[in-house]
Amino acid sequence: MIEIRIHGRGGQGNVAAAELLSIAAFRDGKFAQAFPSFGAERIGAPVQAFVRIDDKKIRTREDVRTPDYLIVQDEFLIDTVPVLDGLKPDGLIVINSDRKPEDLNIKTTASIETIAATEIALEIIGRPIPNAVMIGAFCSVTGLVSLDAVQVAIMGKFPGRVGENNVAALERAVAIMQKR
Amino acid sequence: MNISEEELNRVEKKDLFTSGHRACGGCAQALAARLVQDASGENTIACVATGCLEVFSSPYPDPSWRVPFLHSLFENAAAVASGVEAAYKALNKGPVNIIAQGGDGSTADIGLQCISGMFERGHNILYVCYDNEAYMNTGVQRSSFTPYGARTSTTPMGNRTRKKDLPSIAAAHGIPYVATATTDDFKDLQRKVKTALSIEGPKYIHILVPCPLGWGHHGELSIEISRLAKDTGLFPIFEIIDGKVTNVRKIPVKVPVEEYLKPQGRFRHLFKKGVPTAEVAEIQAIANQNIERFNL
Amino acid sequence: MLKQVEGSYAVAEVVAMCRPNVISAYPITPQTHIVEDLALIVGEGRLDAEYVNVESEFSAASVVLGASAAGARAYTATSSQGLLLMSEVIYCIAGMRLPIVLTCANRAISAPLSIWNDQQDSMALRDAGWIQLHAEDNQEAADLHIQAFKIAEQTFLPVMVCMDGFILTHAYEPVDIPEPKEVDAFLPPFKAKHIVDPRYPRGIGLFADPRFYMETRYTLHRAMEKSETVIKEVSSDFAKTFGRDSGGFIKTYKLKDADLVIISMGSVVGTIKEMIDRLEEEGKKVGLLQICSYRPFPRYEIYNALKDKMNIVVLEKSISLGRGGILASDVRWSFPRAEKKDRNISSFIAGLGGRNIPMDDLRYMVEKVEKEPVEIEFLGLKKELIAEKDL
Repeated sequence: MIEIRIHGRGGQGNVAAAELLSIAAFRDGKFAQAFPSFGAERIGAPVQAFVRIDDKKIRTREDVRTPDYLIVQDEFLIDTVPVLDGLKPDGLIVINSDRKPEDLNIKTTASIETIAATEIALEIIGRPIPNAVMIGAFCSVTGLVSLDAVQVAIMGKFPGRVGENNVAALERAVAIMQKR
Repeated sequence: MNISEEELNRVEKKDLFTSGHRACGGCAQALAARLVQDASGENTIACVATGCLEVFSSPYPDPSWRVPFLHSLFENAAAVASGVEAAYKALNKGPVNIIAQGGDGSTADIGLQCISGMFERGHNILYVCYDNEAYMNTGVQRSSFTPYGARTSTTPMGNRTRKKDLPSIAAAHGIPYVATATTDDFKDLQRKVKTALSIEGPKYIHILVPCPLGWGHHGELSIEISRLAKDTGLFPIFEIIDGKVTNVRKIPVKVPVEEYLKPQGRFRHLFKKGVPTAEVAEIQAIANQNIERFNL
Repeated sequence: MLKQVEGSYAVAEVVAMCRPNVISAYPITPQTHIVEDLALIVGEGRLDAEYVNVESEFSAASVVLGASAAGARAYTATSSQGLLLMSEVIYCIAGMRLPIVLTCANRAISAPLSIWNDQQDSMALRDAGWIQLHAEDNQEAADLHIQAFKIAEQTFLPVMVCMDGFILTHAYEPVDIPEPKEVDAFLPPFKAKHIVDPRYPRGIGLFADPRFYMETRYTLHRAMEKSETVIKEVSSDFAKTFGRDSGGFIKTYKLKDADLVIISMGSVVGTIKEMIDRLEEEGKKVGLLQICSYRPFPRYEIYNALKDKMNIVVLEKSISLGRGGILASDVRWSFPRAEKKDRNISSFIAGLGGRNIPMDDLRYMVEKVEKEPVEIEFLGLKKELIAEKDL
């Protein structure tokens, strides 16, 4: 079973990201579970969302405490919230940042990938919602979920121009990660 | 109680409702709450209903309230405040400004019984309603203050009922002071709070507070949208003193409702490729009725 | 068809297929997605129903009461404070034998305010004369609603389907959503028994003086007891029609050779089952008895399943303040005093106010009760937050 924890602020589409990953994993023929953990506030508060992917039915309901992967949609959360807690020593973090991993000064044995998701989202979607870019980067690097499945999931949840723009943002992320 | 013109006109900034709360950027309710508390001063007891305000301002262990704060349930702020007022009377304590506060849902819907009771019994309490026109904290569901045509998650095709007229219902209870206000005019809002608090008996102030998330507009437009609500006639500004409508804010140049509706996502479905649907004409008719009724 | 969907969405889709005539809706976290999805289904014309946006939960319950008394199939959903606010009406509905179905998205109770999951809300109404069914996962949550309408309309007892708020309502997982015609075949149209109708005038909700009241309570109590047959039959019919087990009275997991049995209900059983499998790999034999029908209470099922088990621990997301575990109390009552006095039945209170229940905490619980019985313990309590004098 693979466990992913997504960190961000309310309004960045953290919960949607978890849902999309779970829908995509389902389309790939896997079992997936996604659920949020948030406060009662609306925009701007720290939010976590969890995803589990497995080849068999997932029964556990606890929070993800020992994630294999972290997706961090707001890099500045790392200083204020225990984002790295429980991350497996050989895990991977994908961070929304325009800086290089080594410039972030994060103490961890896990690998780090960064991508300037907000900037790309503003350019392609016109709104600072980084989740499609982050998912694209994540899927490209990990191969956990197929990009086709994610695209279908996005169009299913956000039909029309919104979905198309998000898919375009996802594709840009994939292109960037592939070049590295 | 006499209150000088000078004091009435002074804009107060005491931060009795402090920053660091968790409201969305551009939340007019947060602004209104600060203006209300500051106008009232330190000698205030705030009885607040469940809702956006309570949730974003009072999480343990860091509430934003620098005046005493009492929260019970969604529907009973007015009844709880009545209890506080009764205790102050019984114990010969005070005077103190007791301000019951809640959103539109807690005031006009689930709390209507309690506020009616408070009005009818004549408690010396100011009730402030922060009207963002839907149940915002639970995710934008319609309330009886949701205006005609607005999309909410429980009226996905557009709301079909007209905004409940709580100021009139309040006045019909025979209370001495009712007023409406918006957050773009600090002086007017605070003046109304101070006027209310200088009068003995139940008072009701209804403040329109745009909600960027629920109304679907950028946070920095909250003030502008408040102005447009007034200038279209959709949210008339007036006082009702001892049952008589007075101090009506007239609109020299009436703004067509389209200008108010267009910047808001909750009305987007009323325009097909920029062309207004029939509902827009109905909303204009509502504005026109207000203009005529209050002689705006 | 199997779909990856949010729990609330699955429930709304399935409830719509049950063709309620009247839905009353009032928002409260975490049930809101259910009533919102239903608003869209009605708005888009996929369900022909009267959707009433009421001004409080008290009215939400009152509206379905009136609708059911007029012969309509009626539905509403709520949580926590909303359920408590409608409690007067909840008792009324049961006393009037109206076959209403209500979803309770389980959530903690104020004060202090909490929007997160536990089962104190439905527990507070356990004595009202409603059948209470608890869902283990979103598949069961959806399935139980279909069963609920059938059970209600055969027993003329209202049914509360309980699903853990956020943990199930807001979780995305695979759910097999049936076809409308499959639901139509399983759930016949509602045949109301007693309604207000000028053609056949009758009074509903008369007052009963001491000569008559007691017999109404006896009848209701017996009806609840007898509903066991219907609950089991409907679950069995459901399995035959839709091809999967869900609902019923209780379910067991790896009980046969278990040295320790955990009793629980709701979504936490998923975590418990996962832990049981891991413990099995480590050589430990732990079993689960999972309660689906909490009311009527499966007293005899529990006794019969566990009469040879000497170590039992009850894990629940509820508490009777001043007394202790509610489910624990019900379980302890299920075993006759005279018999096997050295049986241990421990009580753990967990997950209140949405406190996460990690598998590590459950392991701690298992290890503790293997050594000695526990009268009552709050799992995962943060003693550092409690003043010395209050401990």
